Amino acid sequence: MSEAMLVADRLTRHFGGLTANLEVCITLERGKLHALLGPNGAGKSTCINMLSGDLPPSSGRILLGGQDVTALDSAARSHRGVGRSYQRTNIFPQFTVLENCRLAAQSRRPRPWRIFTDAMKTRDTVERAQAAIVEAGLGGRETRKAGLLSHGEQRQLEIAMVLATDARVLLLDEPLAGMGSEESAQMVELLRKLKQNRAILLVEHDMDAVFAVADTITVMVEGSVLESGPPAQIRNSADVQAAYLGEDEHG
Amino acid sequence: MNSTVVLLFKLAVVAALVLFPAIGSSFYVEMVAKVLVMAIFAMSLALLVGFTGLVSLGHAAYFGIAAYTVALIAPEYEAANLWLVLAASVLAAGAAAFFIGLFVLRTKGIYFIMVTLAFAQMAYYIFHDTALGRSSDGIYLNVKPDASIAGWMPFNLDEPLHLYYFILAAMVVVFMLLTFVLRSPFGRVLAGINSNEHRMKSLGYATFRYKLAAFTLAGALAGVAGFLYAVLFGFVTPEYLSWHQSGNVLMMVILGGLGSLAGAVAGAFAFIGLQEMFSDWTKHWQLLMGLVIVAAVLFMPSGLAGLPRRIFRMVNWGEDDE
Amino acid sequence: MDFTSFLIQILNALQYGLLLFLVASGLTLVFGIMGIINLAHGSFYMLGAYLAFALSSLTGNLMLAIVIGIPLAFAFGALLEKLLFVHLYKRDHLQQVLLTYGLILIFEEVRSLTVGDDVHGVDIPALFSASIPLSDNLSYPVYRLVISVVCIALAVGLWWLMQRTRLGMMIRAGSFNREMVQSLGVNIDMLYRTVFALGVALAALAGMLAAPISSVYPGMGGSVLIISFVIVVIGGIGSVWGALVAALLVGFADTFGKVLMPELAGLAVYLLMAVVLLWRPEGIFRKG
Repeated sequence: MSEAMLVADRLTRHFGGLTANLEVCITLERGKLHALLGPNGAGKSTCINMLSGDLPPSSGRILLGGQDVTALDSAARSHRGVGRSYQRTNIFPQFTVLENCRLAAQSRRPRPWRIFTDAMKTRDTVERAQAAIVEAGLGGRETRKAGLLSHGEQRQLEIAMVLATDARVLLLDEPLAGMGSEESAQMVELLRKLKQNRAILLVEHDMDAVFAVADTITVMVEGSVLESGPPAQIRNSADVQAAYLGEDEHG
Repeated sequence: MNSTVVLLFKLAVVAALVLFPAIGSSFYVEMVAKVLVMAIFAMSLALLVGFTGLVSLGHAAYFGIAAYTVALIAPEYEAANLWLVLAASVLAAGAAAFFIGLFVLRTKGIYFIMVTLAFAQMAYYIFHDTALGRSSDGIYLNVKPDASIAGWMPFNLDEPLHLYYFILAAMVVVFMLLTFVLRSPFGRVLAGINSNEHRMKSLGYATFRYKLAAFTLAGALAGVAGFLYAVLFGFVTPEYLSWHQSGNVLMMVILGGLGSLAGAVAGAFAFIGLQEMFSDWTKHWQLLMGLVIVAAVLFMPSGLAGLPRRIFRMVNWGEDDE
Repeated sequence: MDFTSFLIQILNALQYGLLLFLVASGLTLVFGIMGIINLAHGSFYMLGAYLAFALSSLTGNLMLAIVIGIPLAFAFGALLEKLLFVHLYKRDHLQQVLLTYGLILIFEEVRSLTVGDDVHGVDIPALFSASIPLSDNLSYPVYRLVISVVCIALAVGLWWLMQRTRLGMMIRAGSFNREMVQSLGVNIDMLYRTVFALGVALAALAGMLAAPISSVYPGMGGSVLIISFVIVVIGGIGSVWGALVAALLVGFADTFGKVLMPELAGLAVYLLMAVVLLWRPEGIFRKG
């Protein structure tokens, strides 16, 4: 049974005279992965920024579990179960992998008043961080400084941090960016596992990955939704192929 | 560097400070006491600048507000109760920091630096020009506070030696308190904010509240320093809130190296040491100080606390970075 | 307050605000384009005033002193940028704050060593020493009007420079994308040096113009500096227009603050800043 976990209702965003998003509607369902595609400049970043709370919409609503969360900022939405990974790696480079995830996990039980507690020894945050690290495939790299990880590992860390916050709705912004084919395959496997109990929005350019793992695909062009539906429909759509003429050879 | 070695070193320093009055004259004991007070002041700023990444150029405001609270609350010719005055001045400094923080923490980067300076200047003018400060030349604390608790007097601040150890104890307490705070969950959030505030927000942290708490705590601890300074010297002037004072304490923090409490203490020693030395040489000592500051920024960006690591690394070629 | 006194206060506020604008415009340009916070900017104002004193004592004429002094200040600014500030572009704000704080100490002591700590007066040029009578017993000094006129002319000149010349276009472009401007063949080092020197010259000019009115004294740089910061905060970093509006607001707040609440006069400006912070934390005219 698929339950709508996040619904974007006619999201619109203007930047001065430029309309980056016009009446975009997206539904994310539990257990499903919804891919967001489009050529550069289509407005995908703006869209995901509005969903995560990094950017307020000019108009439209966002419903999380049926509740209107449009006015909430990213921190508040995080507590409602939204997790966001970023296209440009957005980690804490000087901290270890474990500490990156532990900080993420700590956000669920901040305990700001416990001055005499050693944060790095709080059992529940460390365990949750550990679990997230393993789930994201970074097991064994806990003590490495995050800034010294390979690019692919850093992308994995991005995901691990989101998992450490127990997010139920994942907004993933180009997690495969800059990855080689083996790393990409691993990431696709991870995504397949992750969607089991969660709703995932995936913004990506890697078509192979998208078609391997998406349940629904929405294609955006110049700020509006061009077409939305199951992968087969999108693959065969003439409109989509026209939009992508000159871009990737797939799709 | 091996943490046991570091710990032993710190204990050795404390021991040296404890034993110092046995060998130093009363002039030097008072000077070291002054440095210890400034060390507290520097540590309070290090919490903000070094650990949270908030460069405040108006920290002297809280130092001065606490100092003025002592002088204004104390009766003219009697001793006030030490503990009450301590509580009152720390509370006043903390409250001011909370209130000012509500405004300044709405800004970032260069703006933040400028508005913290501006608010401190506002506080300076309040004490310099209005009736609150009584006189623009300053006011006196004629009688040192009385440390009695329910009739029992654990120590007597009129005795220079008692005063020295009281100040030393305060410094050690503040050092330990900040050490705990920095490794607590709260402290780790501050470190996260310093590293990448945007990410902290997206992970669910209400970063404004954490910054405000840090700002308030830093202000309160600067208040401890201001309180001690007033008690030590018995005289409070608006210059305690001046931007020169804010600049000096910032200098101590960077001289000692960011991200290190011990560095802040070392920075206080170094700064005041240099100040004393230069002013012995010439009345234009600020010129030398300015040159040292410029040189330090250009050639020694990681400060004194970075020195041991640099020396260590020079001695052990190819030592892996932690 | 009768109308004449009111008029005098308005003229004073205008003149004060315009003078502050000269100082603040250089500050906001250096912030906005090079990203450097320079605490020593107030020292340039002081430098100008002392230059005015020294040169007008030598030549007997303030106007001649200004004509000689401006290129000197510009050259000094260029030299300072080349030797010192060029190292600050890659450093973080904290280091910029500290280095320029050290510079303030150096400038103050060098001043003390060369010209001493006395307060000096500078004569108003004879040409402008008259006063315009406004009523039976009140008149307004011509020199203050001259200051306002000069500042307005400079403001127009700055606007023309920024909007209508190639240099201005480069300045505006440089603030948005250093690498791109460089790849267009613009010598970004010379551009930065010019902007910095311009800022120094403007601040120095303000000091020279102000010298006859406010006298020449140690510490005059300090108060101007902080007020300039407030102006940049209110007006928005990088916005010359914002600096003008904010400087005028500050000029009026300060002048009328002194009249309406003399005990709290110094605070009026900071209260203004606090209000703006609540409403628009990034300045009224925040740019990029």
